[in-house]
Amino acid sequence: MAYMLRPHKFLFALIFAAFAAGCANQDPVARAAGEVFDPYEKTNRTVHAFNRGVDRLAFRPASKGYVAIVPAPMVTSFSHFAENLSMPGQMINALLQGDLKMAGNAFSRFVINSTVGFAGLADPASEFNVPPVDTDFGETLHVWGVGEGAYVELPFFGPSTSRDAAGIAVDFFTNPLGYVEQNTADNISIYAEIVRRMGDRGNYSDTIDSILYESADSYAQSRLIYLQNRRFELGEGEEITEIDPFELNTEGF
Amino acid sequence: MDRRKFIIGAGAVLATAPQALWALNESRASSLINSLVTDINRVIASGKGESAMYRDFERIFQRYSDTSYIAAYALGADGRRASSAQKRAFSQAFQGYISRKYGKRFREFIGGKLEVTGVKKVKKWYEVSTIAYLKGQSPFEVTFLVSDRSGRDLFFNMFIEGVNLLLTERTEIGSILDSKRGDIDALIAELHRLS
Repeated sequence: MAYMLRPHKFLFALIFAAFAAGCANQDPVARAAGEVFDPYEKTNRTVHAFNRGVDRLAFRPASKGYVAIVPAPMVTSFSHFAENLSMPGQMINALLQGDLKMAGNAFSRFVINSTVGFAGLADPASEFNVPPVDTDFGETLHVWGVGEGAYVELPFFGPSTSRDAAGIAVDFFTNPLGYVEQNTADNISIYAEIVRRMGDRGNYSDTIDSILYESADSYAQSRLIYLQNRRFELGEGEEITEIDPFELNTEGF
Repeated sequence: MDRRKFIIGAGAVLATAPQALWALNESRASSLINSLVTDINRVIASGKGESAMYRDFERIFQRYSDTSYIAAYALGADGRRASSAQKRAFSQAFQGYISRKYGKRFREFIGGKLEVTGVKKVKKWYEVSTIAYLKGQSPFEVTFLVSDRSGRDLFFNMFIEGVNLLLTERTEIGSILDSKRGDIDALIAELHRLS
């Protein structure tokens, strides 16, 4: 396995992950009450302002131009390409999570799409009904029982948590494709990922614009939406907890 | 039929009938969402101008959603210090604001569809699960919460891929209110400006 080839790199990443993920966790009572655990809010807001500036000046116009100029099927192809490159890493994460079925799906996807799918530019695996795979080391940490930690906003990456930030770092340093001799796949995956993100930014521009530029507090909105969606993905979203509609005082409204 | 049996029978019918006739159940919860989706699709297909569409969306919102619950939830704890005139004005301004905010995105729904996949009862309300298929996007989950609290079957919240829309709006309203230093009238004016 690729991790064995460069144990020092993997170890470094793991120690970093354990360190970052081992940081403070939220009091469960506060979490159940729907409070956000954001002890670094001041720093996060600074990073958010920076990210917004990067988006407004560079990422948003580049992405809008990209989806306007490049035909939609090609944008989709490039996105498939980036996704395919991430499959070996996702397979390893699935194995680390003990999910053999998901690991098998990731493997099938990679094999099918890399060959029949023109090096990953097409997605015949979906047509063969191989279920989609979308996991990462943040999820692996979650499966291992590491708590979400504090909310953090990362430069360029955007909203995250201390656990998921550790996950991003590990995924970045341990991409198995980076270990294949004499190739530049390491860089290719990074470029492919940027292009994929540009496609998403361009295609979902109305949604993202409304959060970043049309809300009264874009930081609070991004934070809330990210946390809820991430918990939903990981299946750790509490049962939909809702104020009982029979209990809220609606008189006068 | 003898008299005694008749009385027992009538009593049983009276006891169960209101429930059978009036209580919200799974099929009513999902048919509410189905007709909501049909109405939204009809407006999108009508090809009207944008502002006419916003008015139609606002009417749909009023017809299918528990507007007073939604407004009360969105205003949150600040609602306790609002006068009844302010509550009414807020509720109205909020409806216009939300119809425009989500109506503006109708283009994303052209050619798309929402499929009801399941219903389940949770406490006193129903959760209707649907899958949204929009052009050029992977399918995603949308869940509606339906209750008959007001005496009518209405939806009172929705979740898109786990994101609670009402909570998102409460946060937004709270942020606007903070920027107006807690002035509810200024908040209402701002919502009118945005709608």
